[in-house]
Amino acid sequence: MTNPNKNVVDSARGDEYRDWLKQMTLIRRFEEAAGEAYAIGHIGGFCHLYVGQEAVAVGSNAALKEGDVIMCSYREHGHALVRGVSARAVMAELFGKATGCSAGKGGSMHMFDTTKGMLGGHGIVAGQIPLATGAAFSFKYNKTDNVAVSYFGEAAVNNGAFHEALNMAALWNLPVVFICENNRYGMGTALERSHAVWNIHERSCSYDMESEIADGMDVLDTNRVMSKAVERARKDGIPTLIEARTYRFMGHSMSDPIHGHYRTKEEVESQKERDPLITFANQLKDAGLLTDEDIKQIEASVAEEVADALTFAEESDIPDASALFTDVYAD
Amino acid sequence: MATKVVMEALSPTMEEGRLVTWLKKEGDKIATGDTLAEVETDKAVMELVARGAGILRQIVVGEGQTVDVASLVAIIAAADEDISEIAGASSAPAAAAPPLAPSEAASEATPEPKPATVASDGGRVKASPLARKMASEKGIDLASLQGSGPAGRIIKRDLASASAVPVTAAAPTPGGFEDVPLTQIRKTIARRLAASIGPVPHFFLTTTIDMENVADARAQLNATGNGKISFNDIIVKVVAMALAKHRACNAWWQEDSIRYFNDVHMSIAVAIEDGLITPVVRNADQKSLREISAETKELVGRAQDRKLKPEEYTGGTFSVSNLGMFGIDQFTAIINPPEAGIIAVGGIAEEPSAHNGEIVVRKKMKLTMSCDHRVIDGATGAAFLQTVKQMLENPLAIVW
Amino acid sequence: MAILTYRDALNEALAEEMERDPSVFLMGEEVAVYQGAYKVSKGLLDRFGEDRVVDTPITELGFAGLGVGAAMTGTRPVIEFMTFNFALLAIDQIVNSAAKMLYMSGGQIPIPMVFRGPGGAALQLGAQHSQAFESWYANIPGLKVVMPATPADAKGLLKSSIRDNNPVIFIEGEMLYNMKGEVPEGEHLVPLGVADIKRPGNDVTLVSHSKTVAVALKAAEQLSADGIDAEVIDLRTIRPLDIDALTASVKKTNRCVVVEEGWNFCGVGAQVVDDLQRTAFDYLDAPILRVTGADVPMPYNKQLEKASKPSPDRIIDAVKRVSYQD
Repeated sequence: MTNPNKNVVDSARGDEYRDWLKQMTLIRRFEEAAGEAYAIGHIGGFCHLYVGQEAVAVGSNAALKEGDVIMCSYREHGHALVRGVSARAVMAELFGKATGCSAGKGGSMHMFDTTKGMLGGHGIVAGQIPLATGAAFSFKYNKTDNVAVSYFGEAAVNNGAFHEALNMAALWNLPVVFICENNRYGMGTALERSHAVWNIHERSCSYDMESEIADGMDVLDTNRVMSKAVERARKDGIPTLIEARTYRFMGHSMSDPIHGHYRTKEEVESQKERDPLITFANQLKDAGLLTDEDIKQIEASVAEEVADALTFAEESDIPDASALFTDVYAD
Repeated sequence: MATKVVMEALSPTMEEGRLVTWLKKEGDKIATGDTLAEVETDKAVMELVARGAGILRQIVVGEGQTVDVASLVAIIAAADEDISEIAGASSAPAAAAPPLAPSEAASEATPEPKPATVASDGGRVKASPLARKMASEKGIDLASLQGSGPAGRIIKRDLASASAVPVTAAAPTPGGFEDVPLTQIRKTIARRLAASIGPVPHFFLTTTIDMENVADARAQLNATGNGKISFNDIIVKVVAMALAKHRACNAWWQEDSIRYFNDVHMSIAVAIEDGLITPVVRNADQKSLREISAETKELVGRAQDRKLKPEEYTGGTFSVSNLGMFGIDQFTAIINPPEAGIIAVGGIAEEPSAHNGEIVVRKKMKLTMSCDHRVIDGATGAAFLQTVKQMLENPLAIVW
Repeated sequence: MAILTYRDALNEALAEEMERDPSVFLMGEEVAVYQGAYKVSKGLLDRFGEDRVVDTPITELGFAGLGVGAAMTGTRPVIEFMTFNFALLAIDQIVNSAAKMLYMSGGQIPIPMVFRGPGGAALQLGAQHSQAFESWYANIPGLKVVMPATPADAKGLLKSSIRDNNPVIFIEGEMLYNMKGEVPEGEHLVPLGVADIKRPGNDVTLVSHSKTVAVALKAAEQLSADGIDAEVIDLRTIRPLDIDALTASVKKTNRCVVVEEGWNFCGVGAQVVDDLQRTAFDYLDAPILRVTGADVPMPYNKQLEKASKPSPDRIIDAVKRVSYQD
């Protein structure tokens, strides 16, 4: 994939970039640890890992500010982490503990932290798209300059909720960014086998909506495209559909093998050559903004953070039995 | 081929039975017809007979246990036969009832059954929750009531007029009591008698009979040395003969018809341990006093041993109940349905009486007839009772 | 007290609450320029402007979800469905988002919003436009279900629903919009979860809600001529169900008939019966009977349609049976 608009590395932003690399590394190591914890039964239910797609969450989030909100699909551990929800709280949630960010009642698919603008993982494909549109409506209604973001997979764009929401967002000029993380497979069904139109961004034409493709394996490009979209939304209330082309290195969920019947091992291996962590590290090294020592430090710091999160999750208490019946109705 | 031994319906009214004693044990060789066990029905202790041969492989129901009719109680099979399927099935619930027909669309669902005559069903009294609560608070025995609701359900209005009766008798010693579980026969008595006094519109006729002549005749008969005739034998014979003349009283109420019998079969109420039973002296009007006497003695003896066969205590057309020997002057008896009448016999007592213009001491006895008004009207009953009275006061009539 | 129609009572409630709380807005099909398909929102566009009275495309799933998202972020949406028949398209957002958000988020995100519109059968609208869905919503923990039967309750319950911090399914009676009645002016709040005795009586309890309240009252009137003194209870709120009020009434009358326009199977009445057989078991003198809509899709033909709905005659028949007078 080539993109003529691809940004060059801005040498003035070294600290910020190194932080992005650290965030991407945190997601990668966190998800690997979650996979291991799942394998030994510490995590239950569905567990969808974000390995391979880190650049999308990190690059897009970097364009947001406090007060903005995001609504995600069920593959949202990484988004929670980059929004600033602690690794402890996300891991504890996966472990179903009272200290989890959703008090152990949400689980892998339902990470929430209102203080960080993390308004959920949502388990029904495309369900979060009208929700984020509603948050944007609310921001406009209350005359704030905040922006709402909806993350979803490419399979969601065939769902009615996507079209209903995009229509209203365009119709009413709502400050919302729709980010389609096109990882090419809706569970095990390839894009080409489920979409009449393969270019997801073209779906915006129906609503006369701004749209752009981002290289979802390149954090710089994702950030560049997202920054423009967020500015449009914040300043002018113009929504955008971003198609971030990415790839997941793991199976759809923990119960799915890495390649399965729907894609070849060779395909997965060749996509790993686009590993966003390696790509970004090399870009920074080439620009003289990162050393091997920096990478070691990042890895060590992340390893410590993940180990601490695991310990915290293991040692935390499960929810009190009384929690079963709380939070059904608000006072 | 394995034989399933089930609790058999050993009386016409039996719905459950209590296994009293196993006469065979597991592993015993069994021939068809062997007596396997003794079973207490609602009326008597009966023998449970093998209907197949082999080895008594498994006893399913232990001694003292009560099970419904048709329940598996034991398995007879060849020594090496696999009986696990039969044994396993016995613990599974009975076959599901056939599904109800779907109710008519709208709403009110299945209509409730229309009122029937009997509130109790196999010993269970049907009553609304409210009626149960009210009965409990008022100390009313629900079994003493007749329900006016669907299927005889006792409902609030049935309790409105009911008065309290002690549910349990006063204990003999202060603070002490004994709870005795109902036996099958006690359950049956309760059910049948409660079923009687409610739906059957009773009325009562009492007459006083001069027994001097009967007493003389009896004394002469007994002096012959050919066995003793009791007053009761004579009353049974006379009542039977009177019934033969008054077929209107020799009848069954059958809900949609009345069955008048040509033959007279006398049910004789007999007190036995923990209950009562009514052995039947068939064609009593045709039998001699001696025959009646001998047959009654024999039946009563076996009744007290609980050895009567069902056909020996069913099929009566009219009942006689005698409490004279207990010093009772007069009482009213409850009709034994479907029979339409019963005569309650009081004791014979000497009392001053006007006789042929003089006050003299005579032997007197009071008879009270309970009549089902649906079958017997007042005059009909009175005419019959008058015949009984005349025959007893002129015992020669017996041989006329 | 003013005499208002049910429709105007709802309108008054909306206007008062929008006046009182700027975070309240009304959104739905034809609510603004058209003034509401049933004119419930008449005049609100002029009064509150297009930012707060918002016409939507015909996309029930989309605007229901949008409403939930807005409720998550600081507003109190009132989402109007032109009828609850169309809300089937939105049920994913109502059930999966609105009802569960507070719980899934460990108590962080309440959903203070109202989904409202008419439900049940009107006249000859056929199978797809004549359905009573209250039992569907009442089945879902996290939702409240409110169904006013009179103009006064329409106003008082809608005001309370808008102020409630939970998603409220507010189902109006399509045939009740023209009903007139006294409505208290100004701050008239009817608490959610409290049933109302619309007619006191001693002999039998008639449980009803929404349109069937009037049917039950009519039946009660005819029954009184036969010497049966029926108590008519209006549930007003289906969930939470005011089981205390029902129990108290049945303890007094010892018999009960539950009326609803919806289908029999798993209906609201099934829940009422289930509760009562526990709370009033020792006070029942007869099994509780139900009078419901016929177990069929609604026919178009007028006579068939009438036959499918609960009627005073069917209620009277059921009352006679629970009174052992059939």
